[in-house]
Amino acid sequence: MNVPPRIHLSRRTLLAGGGALVVSFSLRAAMAQDAQSTGPEPRQAPLPGSLKGSPMLDSWIRIAADGSITVFTGKAELGQGIRTALVQIAAEQLGVAPAAIALVAADTAQTPNEGYTAGSHSMQDSGTAILHAAAQARDILIGIAAGRLSVPVERLKADGGAVHADDGRRLAYGELVAGNVLNVRAQPQSKLREASAHTIMGKSMPRVDIPAKVTGGVAFVQDLRPPGMVHARVVRPPSYSARLRDIDVKPVERMSGVLKIVRDGSFLAVIAQREYLAVMAMRALADAATWNENAQALPEEQTIFAHLEGLPAEDSTILNVGQPASGARMVEAAYRRPYQMHGSIGPSCAVAVMENDALTLWTHSQGVYPLRKAVAEMLKMPPERIRCIHVEGSGCYGHNGADDVAADAALIARAFPGRPVRVQWMREDEHAFEPYGPAMIARAKAALDRDGTIVDWEYHVWSNTHSTRPGAAGNLLPALHLAAPFFHPAPRPLPQPEGGGDRNAIPLYRLPNARVIHHFIPTMPLRVSALRGLGAYMNIFSLESFMDELAAAAGADPVEFRLRHLDDARAREVITTAAQHFGWRSSERLPSHHGRGFAFARYKNLAAYAAIAVELEVEHESGRVRLARAVAATDSGEAVNPDGIRNQIEGGIIQSASWTLYEAVGFDRMRITSRDWGSYPIMRFAGVPERIDVHLIDRPGQPFLGTGEAAQGPAAAAIANAIADATGVRLRDLPFTPERVKRAIGV
Amino acid sequence: MITLTVNGRTHQSDADPSTPLLYVLRDDLALNGAKFGCGLGQCGACTVMVNGEAIYSCVVPIAVLEGRAITTVEGLGTADNPGALQRAFIDEQAAQCGYCIPGMMMRAHALLQKNPTPSDEQIRAALQPNLCRCGTHMRILRAVRRAAQTLTSATATNPKEGVR
Repeated sequence: MNVPPRIHLSRRTLLAGGGALVVSFSLRAAMAQDAQSTGPEPRQAPLPGSLKGSPMLDSWIRIAADGSITVFTGKAELGQGIRTALVQIAAEQLGVAPAAIALVAADTAQTPNEGYTAGSHSMQDSGTAILHAAAQARDILIGIAAGRLSVPVERLKADGGAVHADDGRRLAYGELVAGNVLNVRAQPQSKLREASAHTIMGKSMPRVDIPAKVTGGVAFVQDLRPPGMVHARVVRPPSYSARLRDIDVKPVERMSGVLKIVRDGSFLAVIAQREYLAVMAMRALADAATWNENAQALPEEQTIFAHLEGLPAEDSTILNVGQPASGARMVEAAYRRPYQMHGSIGPSCAVAVMENDALTLWTHSQGVYPLRKAVAEMLKMPPERIRCIHVEGSGCYGHNGADDVAADAALIARAFPGRPVRVQWMREDEHAFEPYGPAMIARAKAALDRDGTIVDWEYHVWSNTHSTRPGAAGNLLPALHLAAPFFHPAPRPLPQPEGGGDRNAIPLYRLPNARVIHHFIPTMPLRVSALRGLGAYMNIFSLESFMDELAAAAGADPVEFRLRHLDDARAREVITTAAQHFGWRSSERLPSHHGRGFAFARYKNLAAYAAIAVELEVEHESGRVRLARAVAATDSGEAVNPDGIRNQIEGGIIQSASWTLYEAVGFDRMRITSRDWGSYPIMRFAGVPERIDVHLIDRPGQPFLGTGEAAQGPAAAAIANAIADATGVRLRDLPFTPERVKRAIGV
Repeated sequence: MITLTVNGRTHQSDADPSTPLLYVLRDDLALNGAKFGCGLGQCGACTVMVNGEAIYSCVVPIAVLEGRAITTVEGLGTADNPGALQRAFIDEQAAQCGYCIPGMMMRAHALLQKNPTPSDEQIRAALQPNLCRCGTHMRILRAVRRAAQTLTSATATNPKEGVR
């Protein structure tokens, strides 16, 4: 938890109050971070991970005279367990117990700017930075101890928060840190502890955040109650472009306990002493409001894919090798994915207070620095007067309402200075206004030679952008509704190699002749942004479904067919590991209506490898798909917390299964119609498999490979492939609802 | 004034009688366990126990709760001294974001009070009203099974132990 004891805490008081030997936070580095770029600095050998953007060691690690150690990260805990893994890394390299480390995460007054906590980047960026910063800090302390004790460093060992000489003398870290010794630039190389000697990294240390979460501790931004706090709710427009025409606020204003009604254009909110009164007052305002709405604001849901394909697109060829070729056999298929939502269980929430023209904002945003920039622009305030502090929210799985509710809170707090204002969205706000994962279309075409080898490949994907995250005020929902509104900045495709709509559109398979084309659609009929995995979910679903279609055309076993086209040894190993533990024998017959499916991907083609095998049953009468079991194998490079990786893969499989089997955002020509869990069902306990097994291939000493999103695509394709195996019918339009399954199998 | 008995202690609430219990628990009693999820009785994040039954505290007004025994996850133990169910969730690392977990635990607690040795099917059926978006289901099931085993063996050695 990063909740400071006082509401208002300026950077100056923070620096002054931190104790005698807390070395000063490198302001120069902080300023440089504000320049958005996290790219490598000129004139320097590239530094590992996020040290590139924040190269001073004391931006990451500070040791006080009493020996207490604080580690700083710009990445936020989202329920993925990153706090625990980062503590493990720092503890291992510093030679201290994990409990000796305090971790401060994502606070614009304290931590490095690491952009967003997204894209499975936290271990690669922040984990790597802390790994090297901690190792280098340890070596600096050993070097100082060598001077003090007049012994060569070879005779010194760092352990238990002290440097020990082989003659029994010791100097505690606190005795070694005088004089800003960590206020130095990191080096490109570090002396890391040998992986074979690790006692903390590589172990499944229990998560540091779980005890509070299961005992009712203050664990979430929703749980904050600073003294004097009041509650607010926002009256959202009924549809995206609706504008407030008329409202008589007086009856609500007169309600006892209502403190203020805030109106700025079509932005309408109410502040009350008590939370439930704020809810009742918000409903009364909603009843009293009349809106101008565009009756044709949205396209037809039934024909959304044709509509999207008909919109102007910016095409880019992201892979072009060899020449178009023909083969003995041609296979062609098209796949579709509807809009899908993050569906956080806890609606977004923020607490804000405006005091002395300075704003403090507690937020579960994935990017406290970009949020600060956007809020500063919206409020026309200097960013230095705004502090954004990350506090956990409900799991977000990407860009949900977190930033928007923070903007709501900022606007309301400005109108009601001196009191902390807590704003929580209602379920309907989250469902109807969060930015969805975009609807997408993929078309694949390939040629096989007589031996069943792929000789030509062509793949097209159509998509909106996968990031409308803040940084710009126009990406904050309430900013669009102000009397002097902001506007969406022009959407841009996210560049390769990570990509957005084209993430994982390039297969890892050996393809002598191949073209992959990304058709980027700037116009966004529905509000969209980053949903876990971005385009990788859809592209891997499509590619790995298509690989099975090709395997079938070639008369090959799906696993063998993949291996036939793969050179990457680590890719091959996850595939064979998953197949072996699953007991993959395609010749073996399963009970009737049962099917097995396999899929593989390396997330972004540069992060974790994951292969997933699924067995399921298609209930013939109902069309319901019942997952029996899933077996996954993953290679995340060096595993810092194996159980954390397993938890991410297990969760990813279940979440992806929910997207794949149940989920599509509904809308009519005016409004979003998926406004609660009844109109947007997700997986419940009855739908989860009997078991999920995750097998880790650990690579000690290898770089960390982000895992948080690695299961999303393979799980979807494995399910599609298993349904095809069970029924003999290939489903290509997500989600595989009972109605669709029944129609496909002709029940 | 309405008198509420929460985790064995009585509280006088001056909230409007139509106020759903959830708001009183969170805002007036500063109990964080029960969470707002939907306000519609669809997700179970707000689940607490009333007279042994799991209820959606987001839709039950305090007016009907006078004289009833309300139990929240705070009533099962503390971080320093977790109860058997809390211990089981920690041991199984049965959380990702953890937002839904207290509701899951109260739903499971109500089940274990009635049926100390539930089958896997019965655990799934009991937890069906509660949503988890992180996909922690397998671990939640394991944690409930583990708690059931712990409680059953504790009851076997000392009948006064068991579900609090």
